[in-house]
Amino acid sequence: MTAQANMQMNDAPVVNNGVNVDALMGAREALGSAPEAAQFTWRAMCEWENGTHSRSTMNGFFGLGAEQQREKSFSIDADHPTVFAAEDNAPTPVEIVLSGLASCLTAGVAAVAQHRGIQLHRVVARLEGDMDIQGILGMDDEVRNGFDAIRVSFEIDADATPEEIQALVAQSQKRSAVFDIITNPTNVTVTAG
Amino acid sequence: MPYVTTVIIGAGPAGLAMSKCLADRSIDHVVLERGEVGNSWATERWDSLRLLTPNWQSRLPGYRYQGDDPNGYMKAKEAAHYLRNYAIHLNAPIQNGTTVTAVRPARSGVGYEVATDRGLWTCHNVIMASGACNIASRPKCADDISGVVRCITPKDYRRPDDLEDGKVLVVGASATGVQLAQEIQRSGRDVIISVGDHIRLPRHYRGRDIKEWMDRTGVLGSFYTEVDDLKRARSLPSLQLIGSHAQDFLDLNTLQDQGVRVVGRLAGFREGKAMFSGSLANFCVSADLKMNRFLDSIDDWIEEKGETQAAPAARRFAPTRVDERPALQIDLDAYGIKTVLFATGYRPDYSWLKVPVLDRKGRLIHDGGVTPAPGLYAMGLSFMRRRKSTLIDGVGDDAHDIADHLTMQLGQKAA
Repeated sequence: MTAQANMQMNDAPVVNNGVNVDALMGAREALGSAPEAAQFTWRAMCEWENGTHSRSTMNGFFGLGAEQQREKSFSIDADHPTVFAAEDNAPTPVEIVLSGLASCLTAGVAAVAQHRGIQLHRVVARLEGDMDIQGILGMDDEVRNGFDAIRVSFEIDADATPEEIQALVAQSQKRSAVFDIITNPTNVTVTAG
Repeated sequence: MPYVTTVIIGAGPAGLAMSKCLADRSIDHVVLERGEVGNSWATERWDSLRLLTPNWQSRLPGYRYQGDDPNGYMKAKEAAHYLRNYAIHLNAPIQNGTTVTAVRPARSGVGYEVATDRGLWTCHNVIMASGACNIASRPKCADDISGVVRCITPKDYRRPDDLEDGKVLVVGASATGVQLAQEIQRSGRDVIISVGDHIRLPRHYRGRDIKEWMDRTGVLGSFYTEVDDLKRARSLPSLQLIGSHAQDFLDLNTLQDQGVRVVGRLAGFREGKAMFSGSLANFCVSADLKMNRFLDSIDDWIEEKGETQAAPAARRFAPTRVDERPALQIDLDAYGIKTVLFATGYRPDYSWLKVPVLDRKGRLIHDGGVTPAPGLYAMGLSFMRRRKSTLIDGVGDDAHDIADHLTMQLGQKAA
């Protein structure tokens, strides 16, 4: 069906945020009867470059019951700024965590907006994470290493009321993997060999 | 062994309404009840519990509240009494003190065998009206609690003074959680309430009970085939309400005013500590947004019906207050928590059901109460056919529908 035909049938403008909601809803339907296919394992490989500089590479993952390979690999560098006596080749790992949260919530906003028929024009998320580095420097046992608090501020231009936009942001948090990863504890095992 | 066309399991509102609808269609049946009519209400709820719906909203097929306080809220035991009077009024064929131990397909291949502690029945149809609240659910992580803390559920709880002195962690902020948090806090035991997804609403709005608005605007009557996400609609938490006109809100703000400490969703227990999610702010914002959306829909309805002049003015309420830094973990022992109360919902018990109609998570597979097994029906489940399916006021319409379906199937068999 053409966009125009669709428009006439629904008597409403066609919203396109570039998210294939039908496919996502279809996946939900299909996985309901085959929950084992919903079991995914994500992977990253990280190799030390020099100093605090490292490069992570991501390609394969397990999902839909099989190993999945992409056509190309992606890489992200990480380093530390010069105030940490490092070479500042790349963002710090904690900034990458903030970026992961931002990207996850932003993708959620787009998907939820598409599902709810809301056309987005511009979405910008600004993030701040507070950290007392006495923790990572081992200066004070009572200070945690990680963020004390994270603030996310969205600026969204969309064909929607302020309440609808707030609801988009709220729903994207409810369905966000990274939001869950950050707000809830996870068991982590690290081995070396 | 005795044969009856239809066995109804459970003499609560759903079972009684069903009995009335079958009697009206001249279908012979028996209602098997493990205790007495309204057993769960009479014996398995806490002392102070009252219905969340006003008395007038207890309409059953051929029966309604006729007392002198239509806007009041029945206590649980009064609700059981109300149902007993309904059963007498119907002269329903109830066999009390009969616990069903198994329901399985009949060996003949047609109909069912219903095994009880007082003998075996064979029948053509079974209607499972034993309720949606047989087992108190606890999160998996409850098994990880260590130390001397006592874990209870609302099914074990009767009154605050049965609890040990000391602080109480209430997990869950739906109707049960907020009601118990309030009365336990008032008993002098400091309460911490752990909050996930919840629904905030005022008891009254624009001069009427919120349940009356839900009824008038058609929300309660909405049909299961009309909702966008039925799975979600069926698993929505109960409203943060109490059956009382004395307070308009029993929300997190009210509880905080009374000294209750609010923390995020329970994430787990580790090394004697309870850990809470950092998602509290979002759940509170979501609840406020949803409340306002619902109030908007009432305002729109009033406007549409031209009742604006008659109703008090529209208003909005202060947002939920959330600490800037809610606690992410609490050491149970060091903080003095003696009791953890899991107000984390109920689920039906199907341990006696030997018919393959449960999904991988043990939930009944059904289409508006009609299971894939011919002649096997459910009643009284959350949003079974309508949003009001679990309310006393809602089982009547469902019972009519199920009785019609059942009658038609019997007719086809006979033909």
